[in-house]
Amino acid sequence: MATAAFPVSNKGRGRHSPLPGLSLTLGITFTWLGILLLLPLVALFIKSLTLGPAHFAEAAFSRRAIASYELSFGAALVAAAVNAVFGLLVAWVLVRYRFPGRRLLGALVDLPFALPTAVAGIALTAVYANTGWVGKPAAALGLHLAYNPVGVVIALTFIGLPFVVRTVEPVLADMGRGLEEAAATLGAHRWIIFRRVILPEIFPAIVTGFALAFARGVGEYGSVIFIAGNMPFKSEISPLLIVTKLEEYDYAGATAIATVLLLASLLLLLLINAWQGRELRRRSA
Amino acid sequence: MSAKNKAVSESLLTKVLLILAAVTYVGLILVLPLASVFSEAFRHGIAAFKAAIVDPDALAAIKLTLTVAAISVPINAVCGVAAAWAITKHDFRGRNLLISLIDVPFSISPVVAGLMYLLLFGAQGWFGEWLLAHDIRIAFAKPGIVLATLIVTLPFVARELIPLMQAQGREEEEAALTLGAPGWRIFLWVTLPNIRWGLLYGVLLTNARAMGEFGAVSVISGHIRGETDTMPLQVEVLYNEYNFAAAFAVASLLAGLALVTLVVKTLLEWRHGDQLAAAGH
Repeated sequence: MATAAFPVSNKGRGRHSPLPGLSLTLGITFTWLGILLLLPLVALFIKSLTLGPAHFAEAAFSRRAIASYELSFGAALVAAAVNAVFGLLVAWVLVRYRFPGRRLLGALVDLPFALPTAVAGIALTAVYANTGWVGKPAAALGLHLAYNPVGVVIALTFIGLPFVVRTVEPVLADMGRGLEEAAATLGAHRWIIFRRVILPEIFPAIVTGFALAFARGVGEYGSVIFIAGNMPFKSEISPLLIVTKLEEYDYAGATAIATVLLLASLLLLLLINAWQGRELRRRSA
Repeated sequence: MSAKNKAVSESLLTKVLLILAAVTYVGLILVLPLASVFSEAFRHGIAAFKAAIVDPDALAAIKLTLTVAAISVPINAVCGVAAAWAITKHDFRGRNLLISLIDVPFSISPVVAGLMYLLLFGAQGWFGEWLLAHDIRIAFAKPGIVLATLIVTLPFVARELIPLMQAQGREEEEAALTLGAPGWRIFLWVTLPNIRWGLLYGVLLTNARAMGEFGAVSVISGHIRGETDTMPLQVEVLYNEYNFAAAFAVASLLAGLALVTLVVKTLLEWRHGDQLAAAGH
């Protein structure tokens, strides 16, 4: 389940489709998207417009809000970078090698898609807090993995792994070995072949996976709040700040921060789609 | 292994080290947390586990979660199929825009999604006064939870089916049409058998997310214990009350659901991989 766009090709589709059901299915689709997605989006934007620029800026860019953006975007960036490296490693091992337990490993990678985020959150806390299986030995070394920004990164690393693995895996599997063999015949060292031949081929997929993991991490809530510590200015992510504002009945403040997050994620989605469209054209060219 | 293959592969030592590194990473970040859910749930024995599950609030949460999934999964399945039919079996302007729109909920933070519904249906929302006057409750009630679940699970079925139906083309449906079959029969007899495993796959992912959604539901539910707390919310409530044994007991049910989802998903990929969307599996 890659969260990637899949543009429909219009090749050879000059004529009108004779199949029935267009008005019915399109009607259902517009009603569905209209009620569930468009109307709520409009409500959010109108609410943020009615705040007025001064009030909006004050709520959206308060010192506390900016600290929360820095944490949400920063931690998501670090986690996505970690997953770009280790996701590539996992995808590589799954595609290129045969070993006992390979299929189990492949199935496990999707766990973050299947496990409810709240369950992931308390489970990660149990493992990485100072009393946990990993947290205890780490604490003995002076490393505190929970109730601080490190905990946020750990939770987002959990959430983001499948995005990188699932985008890199199919590209790696489809890649021909011809160039690699040619380079090997010319006597190139294996590491040089990886860097010069394989990496350029799979790099776009790594970027896509990285971006998808990053986008997901910025908005993530359930898996983070248990392990983060949730201290304002220190370990408070933006989605949590929205929830806090709502609990204080500060709808205006919540809306302003939500609008910033939403615009950022829509911009990311746009960039990812453009990047993938470019890659698709490059590959088919 | 031939000499040629050897030239484009790593040494055995490198292979073993890379495999170990990958397994260690997945073990640390995925397997240990999963194992800890079950370990914590059964730490105080079967009796304590059972007591936590048959607690009236826990039972109410389980019932609510099942109800919400039973309502929202079919809605998104039917609408997802309809959208996929319109997009892949017909030509009209803006198809790619429609596909991008269906993708949007994946990139919205669940908390933001919940807030949007609050701005529509909450007491101070657009429809708040009207709803109050007519004694209809959406926010802080079950309809709001269903709506929040619907938006976060909206894309799964459609984005599984669109690439699949796109790849399958329209020839079979057009042949059935020339034989005089009406539209609904073409869909049931020609299209549905071709997409059933892809549809099941999409429904499976929809269901897993529907039962596990936390952020969006948390904002809109109002946390009324025994009434609007779903299983994930109940996990949070118990955890924040330092009732860790009960929190992990309820969490272990959800983790069990996740494992069943993964097993069915893997079986579908092995047996019917040809009928699942080509990209990304």
